[in-house]
Amino acid sequence: MPWHRKHLLTIEELKRAEIEQILATAAAFRRVLDRKVKKVPALRGKTIVNLFLEPSTRTRISFEMAAKFLSADVISFDASASSTTKGETLRDTAQNIQALNADMIVLRHAASGSPLYLSKVLGIPVVNAGDGAHEHPTQALLDVFTMREKLGDLKGRKVVILGDILFSRVARSNIHALTKLGADVTIVGPSTLVPHWFESMGVRVSHNLRTALADADVVMLLRIQHERQGVSHFPSLGEYTSMFGLNYTRASWVKPDAIIMHPGPINRGVEIDSDIADSPRSVILQQVTNGIAVRMAVLYLCAGGQPEQVLTPVE
Amino acid sequence: MPSLIIKNGRVIDPASKRDAKGDVFIADGKFVKTLTPAQKKQAKVIDAKGLVVCPGLVDIHVHFREPGQTHKETILTGSQAAAAGGFTTVVCMPNTSPVVDNAGTVALIKSVAAAAPVHVYPTGCITVGMKGQALAPHGSLQKAGVVALTDDGLCVQSNELMHRAVEYAKMFGLSILDHCQDESMTEKAVMNEGVVSTRLGLKGWPHAAEDIIVARNIILSRYTGAHIHMQHISSAHSVELMRQAKKDGINVTAEATPHHIAFTEDALATYDTHFKMNPPLRTETDRLAIIGGLRDGTLDCIGTDHAPHAPEEKDKEFDYAPNGIIGLETALPVCLDILVKKSKFQLSHVIDLMTRKAADILKLPAGTLTPGACADVCIFDPGEAWLYNTYGAFSKSINSPWDKQTLTGRVKTTIVSGQVVYQNGKMLV
Ligand SMILES: [Zn+2]
Repeated sequence: MPWHRKHLLTIEELKRAEIEQILATAAAFRRVLDRKVKKVPALRGKTIVNLFLEPSTRTRISFEMAAKFLSADVISFDASASSTTKGETLRDTAQNIQALNADMIVLRHAASGSPLYLSKVLGIPVVNAGDGAHEHPTQALLDVFTMREKLGDLKGRKVVILGDILFSRVARSNIHALTKLGADVTIVGPSTLVPHWFESMGVRVSHNLRTALADADVVMLLRIQHERQGVSHFPSLGEYTSMFGLNYTRASWVKPDAIIMHPGPINRGVEIDSDIADSPRSVILQQVTNGIAVRMAVLYLCAGGQPEQVLTPVE
Repeated sequence: MPSLIIKNGRVIDPASKRDAKGDVFIADGKFVKTLTPAQKKQAKVIDAKGLVVCPGLVDIHVHFREPGQTHKETILTGSQAAAAGGFTTVVCMPNTSPVVDNAGTVALIKSVAAAAPVHVYPTGCITVGMKGQALAPHGSLQKAGVVALTDDGLCVQSNELMHRAVEYAKMFGLSILDHCQDESMTEKAVMNEGVVSTRLGLKGWPHAAEDIIVARNIILSRYTGAHIHMQHISSAHSVELMRQAKKDGINVTAEATPHHIAFTEDALATYDTHFKMNPPLRTETDRLAIIGGLRDGTLDCIGTDHAPHAPEEKDKEFDYAPNGIIGLETALPVCLDILVKKSKFQLSHVIDLMTRKAADILKLPAGTLTPGACADVCIFDPGEAWLYNTYGAFSKSINSPWDKQTLTGRVKTTIVSGQVVYQNGKMLV
C-alpha cells in the first residue's frame, strides 16, 4: 500500500494501517542505525527546517539527527513563541521559510492545533513535533515501536499511563496510537490531572494506583511539571510523589516482565525513583534511540518516500 | 420627507398582536393609522407582496469598536451592517478604546452616531476603566445619554462591588448588563471544557464559571430589587437558574445569541478561529436548553454580540486569536433557520424576540408598528435563499462562521424613522 500523506499532524487522523507502515519503515531505518555508516541518501538535496517555537533540545536533536541520517540539510532554530507573537505572525515566519526553499517544516509550538493551521497555510509538508497539550505523534510512534520490540503484538496488552495526562500531548498521542493497535489503556493520576472526559477517548480512568498497576504490561510515566499548572491542580511535588510516584514497592505491582517507559526528561525522585528508572525493566534509553528511526521514517514518508523502497547505505 | 405606504405584505407586529396581510402607513417619520388622500397621492409605495413587514429589529448587544479600533469597525460601518441585517436600533458596548467610563466618550459616540443610518444607543461601564475596582460615574454617564451599564467582555468579579453597582445604578433607572464569567475559573481558557477540549488539548472554560455568576446576579437582584440582564447565556444550567428566578419573580432578564443556538463545541474540531467566542460554544444539551429558554420566555431576546475583528487578528494559532464573530447581517436568517424551521417556533415569536422584547429590556422606544411609534421597519423575504459573502458585505470585518454559506431569509428593505436606508443590497444613506 503506498503512503499518501504529505503531513504528519496527529495520530488521531492516522488509520491503523498507516501506523503499521510507519513502524515497518522505522524498523528498516532502525537497522541502518546499527551500521557503521548510519546514513542513507533518501533525502539528499532536501532542506528540512526545525521550527521550534517552544524550545525542546531533546526532540530537536532527535529530528536533526534523523534528517542528517537521511542526508538532508537541516536548519534548526529554537525560539520562544513569544518572540514571534511580539511581532511576526506564525504565518509570516513559516511563509518566509518556505520562500527560502525549505522542503519541509518540523514544527514545535506551544499552541494546540498550530501544525494543522500551518499545513493549510503552506505548500510544503509539516511534521508536528508537539503542539501544546494536543499531540506529539512521533513520540507516540517511538513509544509503540519500543513496546512492540519488547512485547510483540500490543493487542490486549495492558498499558498504564501515569501522571499529568491533562496537559500531556504525549498522553493524547499515545492514547490514539495504543487504542488503534488494540491495547487496553488505563490512565491514572490525581483527579485534577486525569479528568473523566478522557473516557470519551476509549481509555479507563483511574485514581487508584494499586488497581491500575495490577497486571500492567507497560507503565508509561509522564513528566510532572508543577510550575506549569499553577497552584490549583495538586498541592505539591512531595504530595504527588507520596501518592503517585513510582517507587520500588509500587513497581512490584506490575507484571514481572512489564516495561517502564518515560518520554524524558525525568524528574528523578518525583514521578519515578532512580532505582526504577535505571532498572533492567526501564526502556527509557531504547526509546531515545528508536526515536531517531521513527523520525527518519516520518520525514522520509512525508517527503514522498515509499515504505517498500527502504534503502541502501551510502558508501 | 414623503409619506410611505407599504402594501400587501404579511404584517407581523407582536407588540400589537398583529399578524395578517395588510398595509403599513408612515407619515413624518411615524407610523399612522392611515394617510389623508393628499398624503396618499404623494406617498411612496413599497410593494411587499410575498414579504414580511415587521418592526425594525433591535439588538441590545453590539460592538462597534469606535473610538479606538476603527480598523475593525466604525459606528458608521457597524450601523450599515445593522441596517443590512434589518436592525434599526442597536445598543453598543462600552469596551472601546478608551472605554466609555466618562461623559466625554459618550458625547463623542453620540455625535458620530447621529450620522449613522440606524438608532445607536451607547452604554457606559460599570467600573472605572472596566477594571472591576471602583464604580464608574453612573449618574454622569446617564446624563450624557447611556441606556445601560456593562463591563461586557469582562465581568465584575467582586461581589461587593457588583452589589453596590446595581444598587447605585438603580437610582438612575439604569439596568446592569453582565457578561457572566468567574474569571478565576477561566484563566487562559479558549473553549468549553469537556470532551472536545480534552481531545483538542485546549484549555477549557467550564460552564460552572458562568452558572456561578448568573446565580450571584440573581441573588443580588433579589436582594436589591435592581434589574440585572445576563448577556449571551451559553449554558443549560444558567437557563435553569433563570427559569427558577423568573418563577420567583426576580427582576432579571437574559439574552441568547444566534451562534449559541446554531453551533456547538464540535465546530471547533479543526481549530477554526471563527468559532472562538466568549462565552464559548458548548454542548448540544446546552444549545437545546437555550432554544428551550427562548421558547418558554426564560430567555428574553436575541442579541448578536456582533464582535468585529480584523482578518489578520483571527488568522492565527487558536490560542492567540481574539474571541468573537460578527453577526448583524446573518442574525435574522440564522434565527429563521434554527428557531422557525428547525425548532418550530411561530414566525411572530421569533420577531418578538428580535424586536419588542429586546427593546423592552432597556425600555427603548422601538420594536413596534403601533401608530405614533417611530417608523422603523424591516421588510424581508422569509423564503429567499442567498449567498452570504463577507467580502462585499457591510461590516468592515469578515470574521463570520457563515461566510460563503447559503442562508434563507433575506432583508429587502430597512426603514429608519420613515426613511428607507437600505434596499435590495444597497445602502441609501
Ligand atoms: Zn460578552
